[in-house]
Amino acid sequence: MPIIEFQDVEYTYNEGYEGETRALGGVSFSIEEGAFVALVGHNGSGKSTVARLMNGLLLPGKGRVKVAGMDTADKKNLFDIRKSVGVVFQNPDNQMIATIIEDDVAFGPENLGLPPAEIRQRVDFALEAVGMSEHKRGTPFRLSGGQKQRIAIAGVLAIKPRVMVLDESTAMLDPQGRKEVMDVVMRLNRQENMTVVMITHFMEEAALADRIIVMNGGRVLADGGVEVFRRAAELKDAGLELPLACSVADRLRAAGLELPEDIVTDEQLAGALCR
Amino acid sequence: MRDISFGQYYPVSSPVHRLDPRNKLILVILYIVALFFIRTFTGFGIMALTLLVMILFSRVPIGKVLKSVRAVIFLVLFTMVLTFLFYKGEASDLIAEWWIFHLYWQGLISAAKLSLRLILLVMGPALLTLTTTPVELTDGLESLLKPLALIKLPIHELAIIMSIALRLIPTLIEETDKIINAQKARGADFESGNLFKRAKALIPVLIPLFVSSFRRADELADAMDSRCYRGAKGRTRMKVLRFRLSDLVAFLFMAAVFFVILLLRYDWFGWVAMLPFAIL
Repeated sequence: MPIIEFQDVEYTYNEGYEGETRALGGVSFSIEEGAFVALVGHNGSGKSTVARLMNGLLLPGKGRVKVAGMDTADKKNLFDIRKSVGVVFQNPDNQMIATIIEDDVAFGPENLGLPPAEIRQRVDFALEAVGMSEHKRGTPFRLSGGQKQRIAIAGVLAIKPRVMVLDESTAMLDPQGRKEVMDVVMRLNRQENMTVVMITHFMEEAALADRIIVMNGGRVLADGGVEVFRRAAELKDAGLELPLACSVADRLRAAGLELPEDIVTDEQLAGALCR
Repeated sequence: MRDISFGQYYPVSSPVHRLDPRNKLILVILYIVALFFIRTFTGFGIMALTLLVMILFSRVPIGKVLKSVRAVIFLVLFTMVLTFLFYKGEASDLIAEWWIFHLYWQGLISAAKLSLRLILLVMGPALLTLTTTPVELTDGLESLLKPLALIKLPIHELAIIMSIALRLIPTLIEETDKIINAQKARGADFESGNLFKRAKALIPVLIPLFVSSFRRADELADAMDSRCYRGAKGRTRMKVLRFRLSDLVAFLFMAAVFFVILLLRYDWFGWVAMLPFAIL
């Protein structure tokens, strides 16, 4: 059974009111446990709406969203769904609830009603996993953006969800912060087998995923592995650019150099060129 | 400025810092109530000594605690002078009189007691905030007021509102700085003109701040929902407040002081009257 399943999902903001905007028009896909999926798309492509549908913050107008077989439209499931799907949002400042880091990370497990000793153990585990243990008694205010976002990830991790959704969680960070967050997320997926759904408009980040879903105008434009990047023209129409390594490789090929077809990351390009 | 969420908390490790915040709140309430039962200088002396012992145990420099008095020094002087000037005493007690003012010895003593009471009244709670973080205070208040939830008062909600407010203060200050700078860059003038003009110049700062606060609140609510928040229902805490032996000692100490103060005032057993010297 797939962990997340979208069946013909439609969603319209302000339905029946002024300013009605259709965000999703019939989206279907399913995500298997342990996958690392990138959801890319231009502004207004509906990708953030997808994130909010995944844990029941929004409910589909038409169609169904299922998490581990539970329908998000059923209010009884909501608590269990949110236990299974953790969402990290864009702005770390707007996700912090407490003034002290360990208290903030404890917020989720506290809501689960766990005994204090287990909350403490989960908080320590989560902070260790994102490499922020030494800051646990400090305040988040003096930290860098990347560090704050790692705290936000720890806050979700402490709930021990099966899926982690990152809704443009790197968009407000500098390159250093982005790398910090990506390293943590990659490690969670590879070592802890956590299912990751990463919503982003950075194609370089998407290139690290096993599967890429491209959204455009509220529909799925492309869905697959790195071969998605070979559809350069379509991506361009969707307002997206190829990862830098991809477009450099394309131009080198056009100039007559022989390079393997699957180059998407900088490392792969460098490796191929050095051979 | 960024540390405003910590209030004036003085971060050292001491027995007073480690006391249960609920206990500290109760101790301060006892302390304040006791102050209102005091009529004699001896009583004030006992309370000042009690406070001094607490301060020494808390490892907070006395200067820090005294600094809190500065905020009310004007009020203290004002009430002192007024009490002295307008006190109505007995004719035998008169020191001097001029126009409508009559100065009495008793008036001077009364003014001195009043200002002592005010100063002690400010220093006790100051020690509380110096040794307790706002977060601990909120937790303590929530726990103390929990019985009121039985009569449907939203105690948990009030506590979470308090702690989120504390958490948002530094963020909002940062945001205000940013907006002010943005408006300055576009030629806004916040420094010149009279008070009214300057207040008016703040409108273009307050409106965007207000709007963004609502947006922030929305996002924070989503983040809380996503982290399984559903109010007080089924919620536990990582840090459990514990009433320890040291809390019991501190409580008994304060209770003893309270008892002595009451005894000085009412003298139920006639002990005070039996003392070989008079209590001032």
